[in-house]
This record gives sequence, C-alpha cells and structure tokens, in this order.
Amino acid sequence: MNEWRFVVYTTDMYEGMIAETVRVQAEDGVAINAYFARPLGPGPHPGMVLAHHMPGWDEWYRECARKFAHHGYATISPDLYHRIGHASPEDVAAHARSVGGIPDDQAVGDLAASMRYLRSLPNSNGKVGAFGTCSGGRHVVLAASRVEGFDAVVDCWGGRVVMDDSELTENNPVAPIDYTSGLSCPVLGLFGEEDGSPSPEQVAIQEAALKEHGKEYEFHMYAGAGHGFFYYDRAPYRQEQAVDGWQKTFAFLAKHLG
Amino acid sequence: MCTMIAEKTAVTGCGKGTPGWMQVNQVTVSYDHPSEMTLEHALNIDFVDASQKLGPRIAVELTPESAKRLVELINVALEKGAVVDPVAFE
Repeated sequence: MNEWRFVVYTTDMYEGMIAETVRVQAEDGVAINAYFARPLGPGPHPGMVLAHHMPGWDEWYRECARKFAHHGYATISPDLYHRIGHASPEDVAAHARSVGGIPDDQAVGDLAASMRYLRSLPNSNGKVGAFGTCSGGRHVVLAASRVEGFDAVVDCWGGRVVMDDSELTENNPVAPIDYTSGLSCPVLGLFGEEDGSPSPEQVAIQEAALKEHGKEYEFHMYAGAGHGFFYYDRAPYRQEQAVDGWQKTFAFLAKHLG
Repeated sequence: MCTMIAEKTAVTGCGKGTPGWMQVNQVTVSYDHPSEMTLEHALNIDFVDASQKLGPRIAVELTPESAKRLVELINVALEKGAVVDPVAFE
C-alpha cells in the first residue's frame, strides 16, 4: 500500500500533476483521444480508467480525472464517443443519443485498451481500477466482467446493468448482469434510493447476482439521493451523500489498488 | 437514469439556429438527461441536417408538462390548418 497517499496534507508539501490529451490505440486500430492526468514523481502509481457518462466526454470528467490524480492515481479518461466525431461535448452526446448510443463491444475494447495503456507505464504499481457514472457505471461493470486486468471497479448509479429482453439492442445485445460470473475484481456500488435506473429493485437483483457468483462487492444505497448525486453542476447534486460517496470511493481504491 | 429513450424520424422543413436558416431533415425526440436545463430528465428535441454528421443542431429542452402542451398546440394548429388549407393535408 502506498502510505504516502494517506499522509494528511499540510501546506508545506510539494504537489504537482500533469494533465493533457493523449491518444490511446484502441483494439480496433483506431487511435482515440483520452484525457490523461497523473501525479508528478517516480511513483509507483496505481492507475484508474474513467468511463464518462452519457452526456459525454465533458468538463466534469476532466475535473474528475484531475481529482483522482490529486489522490495519487495515474488516471485516463478515454473519449468513448471518439468515433462519432468531434464538436462540443453536448453536440457529440446528442448525436450519440440519436444513433442509440455506442456498441458495448466498442466501449469494452476502449476501456481495456486504456487499462493496458496504464499498465504499460514505467511507474505503474501494476494495479488498475475503473470508475464510471451513469452509462459509464454500466460500462465499467461490463468491462471488468468481460476483460481480465481490472483490480477494482467503482460503479456509480450505472443503469441498465439489469435489462429486460425488450431493452436489448444491436448495440447492447447482452445485459451486463449476465456476465457476472466473469467479473474479475471487487466492485463498489454507489446508488440513490430515488433513482429510477437503476431502481433499488434493480440494484437488489444486481447484488443477488454478485452474491450468487461469490463476488466481492460493497454496495451503498443513499437515502435522499437519486441519479447523479456527485454532479455539483446539476440539479441532482446532494452534498452530504456526495462527500460520503467520494470518501467510500477512495477508501475502497486504497484497499484494492494499494 | 440514462433512459436511452430516443425516437427518430425523417422530416422535411427548415429551422433557424445560430448559423441562420438551415435545412432540417431529421428529428430526434428523447426523454433523457438535458444539457442545459436544471432537471434530471427533459423532453429533448434535436432538429438536424443528417447529411452533416455533426453540423448545426437546433435543440430544444422542455419540461414534460411543456412538451405535452406543445403537442396539444401542434395538434390544434394542424386541425385548424386542415380546415383552411385542406389540399396540403391530403
């Protein structure tokens, strides 16, 4: 465990990071854009892959990458909408919505490529986790269930992990819950009681599947919160629940990516 | 929630946005996260020229109640239009 990450910050400490856009070679040969934020220094650093939400590869996710870097993680956030094209994040997200989102296989491939990118760094500690909110929560659960190499996953209110057959599409041909047997790492799940997707009932089904397959997990269901309660710039923000959720996130990652 | 509720159809018309008047030949109507409104979900309407992949977009985000009123008003206007201009509705 990197004990330095648990040292209480004092104002005489040096701190630095670098954050920039890089290109990651995806599994289909396309070089996709990614935002890469990592602490300065020799490390070794654990890594984090961030899967952005449905509103796109936006400013919140850049800030989120820097937040993880501040906490000692070499963090990469790939543009999962890269193949859709480039415009403002909201215009790209609107186009993604009009075409039914992105294929699950493609998202899993891009997240796996990002994970391998982090593992290839000379100052990696050999551990890589994944974090995602909204559709990104679903994508990280899917990736960690289908690809070896993730050491911890944080699923924040990932909807449509549990899906009815009527919801399956060409892009989403299999419900992520059906891959639970392949899940290769512990999962932290943060959910809101007032969320409609995933509803508390769907979270219970997801939890039952994890139990059935003997997977390590830690789920927290927050009262007074719905979907997206970390988003300080949106109406669903819930300060108390968000602070607690971030604390649980970093405690979980310290335990598993140490 | 990410509802992924999005319906799309071809249309014929035009709209005026930042770049001025443009051809619109596709509309997507979704009930999902809005970009601008401070709501978790809104009724979002995007008019685009589908021949321009990420070209100009005329976007509207409405509360569900506002969207229902819009539907009613569209139907009222169409019914009145059919009376004064029956040939166009054939």
